[in-house]
Amino acid sequence: MITHPRTEELAQAVGAWIDQIRPSLDPRNAFLARVAANAMATIGRELTLGPVAEARAIAAMAEVLGHEGTHGELNHALCERIHAGEFTVETPGLLAALKIMARDQIAIDQPNYKPEGTPPPSPRQLPGA
Amino acid sequence: MTVDVLASLPRLAQRLGGEAAHLAAAERLSGGASMETWAFALDGPNGHEDLILRRRSAPFDPETARSVSLATEAALIQATAKTGAPVPPIRHICDDADGLGEAYVMGRVGGETLGRRIVSDPKFDAVRPKLARQCGQVLVPIHATAPPPGLNLKLSDGEGELNRYEEVYRASGAERPILDLAFQYLRRHLPAPTDPVLLHGDFRNGNIMFDAEQGVAAVLDWELSHIGDPAEDMGWICTNSWRFGRPDHPVGGFGEYADLLDGYKAAGGRPVELSRVRFWQMLGSLRWGVMCLTMYLSWASGVERSVERPMIGRRVSETEADLVVLLEEGL
Repeated sequence: MITHPRTEELAQAVGAWIDQIRPSLDPRNAFLARVAANAMATIGRELTLGPVAEARAIAAMAEVLGHEGTHGELNHALCERIHAGEFTVETPGLLAALKIMARDQIAIDQPNYKPEGTPPPSPRQLPGA
Repeated sequence: MTVDVLASLPRLAQRLGGEAAHLAAAERLSGGASMETWAFALDGPNGHEDLILRRRSAPFDPETARSVSLATEAALIQATAKTGAPVPPIRHICDDADGLGEAYVMGRVGGETLGRRIVSDPKFDAVRPKLARQCGQVLVPIHATAPPPGLNLKLSDGEGELNRYEEVYRASGAERPILDLAFQYLRRHLPAPTDPVLLHGDFRNGNIMFDAEQGVAAVLDWELSHIGDPAEDMGWICTNSWRFGRPDHPVGGFGEYADLLDGYKAAGGRPVELSRVRFWQMLGSLRWGVMCLTMYLSWASGVERSVERPMIGRRVSETEADLVVLLEEGL
């Protein structure tokens, strides 16, 4: 990948421009523009965090399945083993691997999302505190 | 058919308030892909009235739609009002003379529906601890309502819902191991059959009007009403996608399981086990995940072109992050 600019910088620049024109739009388009700016941010995060997340997912899936493969091959095999009932919540390492993959993906898609099991915010994080 | 709502409202105001009445205000509140909500007011000989118009802006296909018609929705609101459920008063069901298509008018109930404000605005601090119990209480009259005859409400149970959503998932071509595992797990943990009741069907934080002093003011958005397991309505309000950043409060981001269950029991509802609610909560996350996939598919197939659709597709991962924790914890 070339630099000056990197791809994520292009996404960042487009996102910033969308935010800049948002106030001038009608409510429906202002809403869609916010969604578009969010999409640009997601693209930026996927570009920067995606490679590490994919490598980690490959390692985690290969460990559970006991064989190597591309991300697509391993993911397909994992789904098949689960669908066939061969892998269950009892399968050693399965939930741990899925949790790593889920956490890495939410960090790209919605870093502010608070999944099940997130502890309560500390008092200073609460609004109005 | 394009309907000019603003042009039709003055005539509707006269129909509702008499010849001497006139439209005092009108404003579109929200617009989903298929449903519009308008706030309007009329001044007439009988005084001032604040009203809400709910209308369908896209054609309704009763064969394929998951939702009920607006006339059915109004009939259900009227029926549940009679058994004591807090619902908005139905004022008028629109017909051809109104020129508004499929629509009805209800009285405006004051309060807040925005989930994030209800879980975090200091205005709700005092009432917040009471809300989960109230939610349990208000489900009792809803579940006790005999559905008006002739509405053809859909009947579903846990297995039926799993079949329906798994079919959609398989057809999508997506391969998501956590969704596969959730389908498998829930099939192995189906709750025992129970007597089906009338369900609200979309009972969650965001579809309930809350008053900062009194708590639950009205249960809104009845379009997904159907017949099924009472725990389905309880599980959906516990699904983390509707806790607005407060997963530490399982009921809607504002309350606790025990209060929801106690409120239901204290108001005369047949006691429901927590594991049954958790089954429906997990199915709720799974269902929302599949719904997010279908939002993406509607864009991929070219039916919808809005940027909103593929971005909702990226919300599947929120349900995966929730499901993997629920699968660890068990029901």
